[in-house]
Amino acid sequence: MSIGQTFLGLLEATPRHGYDIKRRYDEHFGHSRPVAYGQVYATLSRLLRGGLVEVEAVEPGEGPDRKRYAITEAGVADVAQWLARPEQPEPYLQSVLYTKVVLALLTGREAAELLDVQRAEHLRLMRELTRRKRGGDLAEQLICDHALFHLEADLRWLELTTARLDELAARVRA
Amino acid sequence: MTGRGALADLAMGARMAVTGGREGWTRALLTAVGVGIGVAMLLLATAVPGALDARQARGDARDDLRLGEQVAAGPGTLLVHPVDNEFRGTPVRGRLLRPEGPAAPVPPGLTALPAPGEVVVSPALRRLLDSPDGPLFAPRLGGARVTGTIADEGLAGPNELAYYQGDDRLTDTSGATRLDSFGGGLPGEGLGPVLMLLVAVIFVVLLLPIAVFLGSAVRYGGERRDRRLAALRLVGADTTMVRRIAAGEAAAGALLGVAVGIGFLLAGRQLVPLVTLYDISVYASDIRPPTALLLAVVLAVPALAVLVAMLALRAVVVEPLGVTRRGTPVRRRLWWRLLLPAAGLALLLPVAGLREGDGGVTRWLVPAGAVLLLIGTVTVLPWLTDLLVRRLRGGPVSWQLAVRRVQLDSATSARLVNGIAVAVAGTIGLQMLFAGIAGDFTTASGQDTSRAQVQVQFRDQPDLAGVLRQFGGADGVTAVTGTLSAGANAGSPDGPPVDVRVGDCAALAEFAHLDRCVDGDTFLVSDPRDPAVVPAGTMLTVEDGSRWRVPTTARPAQARPDPAGWMQNAVLVTPGAVGPRVLGPLRTTVYLQLDPADPDAVEHVRNAAAAIDLTTPVSVLSSTIESPRFADIRRGLAIGTVVTLLLIATSMLVGTLEQLRERRRLLAMLVAVGTRRSTLGWSVLWQTALPVGVGLVLAAGFGLGLGAALLRMVQAPITVAWPVVAFSVGLGALTVLAITGLSLPLLWRLTRADGLRTE
Amino acid sequence: MSAPLLVAEGLHRSFGETVALVDAALRIDEGEVVAVLGSSGSGKSTLLHCLAGIVRPDRGRVVFDGRDLVTMSDAQRSALRREQFGFVFQFGQLVPELTCLENVALPLRLARVPRREAEQRAGQWLERLEVTEVADKRPGEVSGGQGQRVAVARALVTRPRVIFADEPTGALDSLNGERVMRLLTEAARDSGAAVVLVTHEARVAAYSDREVVVRDGRTRNLEVAA
Ligand SMILES: Nc1ncnc2c1ncn2[C@@H]1O[C@H](COP(=O)(O)OP(=O)(O)OP(=O)(O)O)[C@@H](O)[C@H]1O
Ligand SMILES: [Mg+2]
Repeated sequence: MSIGQTFLGLLEATPRHGYDIKRRYDEHFGHSRPVAYGQVYATLSRLLRGGLVEVEAVEPGEGPDRKRYAITEAGVADVAQWLARPEQPEPYLQSVLYTKVVLALLTGREAAELLDVQRAEHLRLMRELTRRKRGGDLAEQLICDHALFHLEADLRWLELTTARLDELAARVRA
Repeated sequence: MTGRGALADLAMGARMAVTGGREGWTRALLTAVGVGIGVAMLLLATAVPGALDARQARGDARDDLRLGEQVAAGPGTLLVHPVDNEFRGTPVRGRLLRPEGPAAPVPPGLTALPAPGEVVVSPALRRLLDSPDGPLFAPRLGGARVTGTIADEGLAGPNELAYYQGDDRLTDTSGATRLDSFGGGLPGEGLGPVLMLLVAVIFVVLLLPIAVFLGSAVRYGGERRDRRLAALRLVGADTTMVRRIAAGEAAAGALLGVAVGIGFLLAGRQLVPLVTLYDISVYASDIRPPTALLLAVVLAVPALAVLVAMLALRAVVVEPLGVTRRGTPVRRRLWWRLLLPAAGLALLLPVAGLREGDGGVTRWLVPAGAVLLLIGTVTVLPWLTDLLVRRLRGGPVSWQLAVRRVQLDSATSARLVNGIAVAVAGTIGLQMLFAGIAGDFTTASGQDTSRAQVQVQFRDQPDLAGVLRQFGGADGVTAVTGTLSAGANAGSPDGPPVDVRVGDCAALAEFAHLDRCVDGDTFLVSDPRDPAVVPAGTMLTVEDGSRWRVPTTARPAQARPDPAGWMQNAVLVTPGAVGPRVLGPLRTTVYLQLDPADPDAVEHVRNAAAAIDLTTPVSVLSSTIESPRFADIRRGLAIGTVVTLLLIATSMLVGTLEQLRERRRLLAMLVAVGTRRSTLGWSVLWQTALPVGVGLVLAAGFGLGLGAALLRMVQAPITVAWPVVAFSVGLGALTVLAITGLSLPLLWRLTRADGLRTE
Repeated sequence: MSAPLLVAEGLHRSFGETVALVDAALRIDEGEVVAVLGSSGSGKSTLLHCLAGIVRPDRGRVVFDGRDLVTMSDAQRSALRREQFGFVFQFGQLVPELTCLENVALPLRLARVPRREAEQRAGQWLERLEVTEVADKRPGEVSGGQGQRVAVARALVTRPRVIFADEPTGALDSLNGERVMRLLTEAARDSGAAVVLVTHEARVAAYSDREVVVRDGRTRNLEVAA
């Protein structure tokens, strides 16, 4: 996820101070990982350099929070383009897991066990997400769902791998 | 769409009728069997007149009754004496034969005349003689040796008991008929207009339900078919194509059914000789439906199937995404449904008073009216079902399930019971007519079976004591009285006729009320309806010219009907009053009382009679006489109704089973959630009982209407025959019970848990 | 820890040649939601049917509330299913002739509750499952999701101790599926019912408290591993 475009989006609605941007960002997107102040100002200055935002007003006093940022026309165009562009579908093949399974098969260990344990772990996480989703507001729900769908995809991969372990074992040992 | 395309659609439908895995086959088979039964019945019905004609023709060919015309004895003549009797209620046709020359005619079915002491028997009689019951019949052949079998052309039917026996004691004065050829008798009693009407209406009443039955048989598996057609729509078939495919399927199923039906008929024909209905049996080869009618059935049944399929499609929009029933929300309109029965009544009502000799138009009006009235039940039934069921609510779960099912698809329910409604309406109407006119055809015989059950009369047999001994020794005879009698005239041979009857006091008491009686008494008996008392001391001239004077001690006595119902002016004489004199040729009349617990007593009596004289008739007394033809028709109707109802019950059963099968998943689910099986069983019962109940109510209404119209027509008083209504309703209830009972095993099987996993 | 509500041990069941369950075992505590996972044909439904007393296992015991279902008569098991268990299947479980309200009232009526009262309680459950609008419609006239919610209402209306759900969301999209699952688990929790949930969808299984995996007719309990 691009933090730059996210900031631009936040600024498009109304000009904001840096701390305001951080607060909004954390509120909407930073649930488990609040963005660091340093990251906020680094990003803003990058956007400033690129001409995507401008400093709309500087209030008297000390510190970095005196500046109020506003989006430029180029910035609006950049956000629009970003929103319109589909994300590159990421190959969710879990290379680590795959490596583990292959190693287990090669060393004659229970690969199915490994996968089952992984599944249980996935499910545990999914359960937690589901619980959070049930308690949460719409935004929370949508975000949890996103994670759930990804986990589900992983789980499906796990199921499929489990079903094809014999096939895989034959190939690996060949 | 090209003609080729249309043909392809039809062919595709035809294929569908028979393919589709086990379910598909089951459905095709059910349809074929259902249609087959119907077709076989129709063909059988069309073959019945022909079969009876064939039987009649054989009967005519061997006819030996001659009235009036006298043939002189010659080398080409034959003396025949009929010795018809019965064996355990089955008539036996017996003939004693004596050729008077070398060219004497040989009856059909025989290659040569039996010599004296020889007898030629029908195959059925031969079987009887060879069976353990043989000794119970054999004495009636007077010890003659069986030398041959009567061929088919000499018999009315395969199960007829008949024999020709050679007897050189026959003379033309002993009651034998002289023939120079067999055959060519008088035509039998025809059917009067009332009986004609009955027969016509009976055919309507019996065949109409079969037509209705055919209509529903071609719809077996309808729901599944609708679903399949929906699937076809999904892959791009348009409505026209779907119509054609449905038509192809229906026609193919029906054609298969016709083939099966013809098969049934051919197979059933082989069984026909095994059955004897009302003493009538026919040969398999007699069952030959006329070609024209056969063709008509072969063409009409598929046409009917296509028509029904098209009508059904009209009620169902076959949509790509499944089948929506159009039926439910439609308010059924009443007026056109009433049109048919109204027209029927309009035809029937003007025909008030049917008389002998009426013909032409009336002959057609009546059956036509009856048909319309009966078809009316079919059109009114769905409407009535709807009306009665729509508002039903509440009740136990089983009832609710059933009611809702009927509400949702009252058309199907109505279709299932159409046949019953028609059959019951027709039966009620006809039986009412029967009850109304039975009096015209059943007459009291005046015979008193409490005093004697059998009467035997010998033409010339003066040895009364021997006769009484013979009968008294027969098994099952509990009492026997006998009298000798001779005809006489008072004074000269032209004087008033009077019967002279000799017997002991007990025997004479059957003919008159005797205050007291000892041997030596004589009584002068007068019939109060025609009193012509012969005074005591009168000289009588007996038949053979001998004369006898009535003793002056003779007392008057009041006549009493004898057990056979006759009452006559007579002179009753105890043996002591006549002395050893013989009064001309004496007839012997014997009355016997039999042990009611011994059903074969009368057979023993017949054997005893045959031991004395082969030609002696034995009459079983009965207090009423029913016109035989009327009785036949009445029994025919009863049998036909039962058969028809059985047929319809079968179709209902198949429909119910089919429905259960289609709902197996649902049933299994209901059981899974803990529904008691008894609840489901009850629901099946209600679901059958509800439409049948409505059908019976309607049938009773229409039947009573038809009966009233028919009674009015024959100018009999209109009375409601409640026993008939009760009987029909009882039959209906029985049908419901039977169907429910028979569908329970399937219900049980389907509700095993693996039903959950079907589809 | 209290005694488990439902315990199955050593269940074997085969259909002709096919072996559907081999030494399967499962325990369910009061009020918990257990997911039964496994690939198609692994024996999940058979296990559920055995637990619910619909199918008799060839061997093994199923003890509910101290009573062994395997040795009960058919009538006793019917009564048990009627009074203590509730069922939700994938589809086709509503009686097409009855309205949705009547369908929900059906189990109560089978338990001889008078019609008026049964339908009133059914109405409350329809409300609870957010499908009051379909009360007077027939199952053929409602959407799949609505139908499933009606089915859930029907499963819950008798306040059963255990609800057996076999692929309850199998025919639904994810939004509707989740809605059904949310309503099902919430309602079950509120009325203290345990849920046995057969599914092969992980997101549906995520509504459970714990899972049991069935593979080739054997159960694998992975609680320990978690
Ligand atoms: N009534 C039955 N007759 C024959 N075989 C059966 C029957 N019930 C189940 N089986 C077989 O038992 C095995 C397990 O079936 P079951 O229905 O329990 O699987 P499942 O895990 O529910 O599969 P799915 O996820 O596809 O529903 C399968 O091989 C199935 O073919
Ligand atoms: Mg399953």
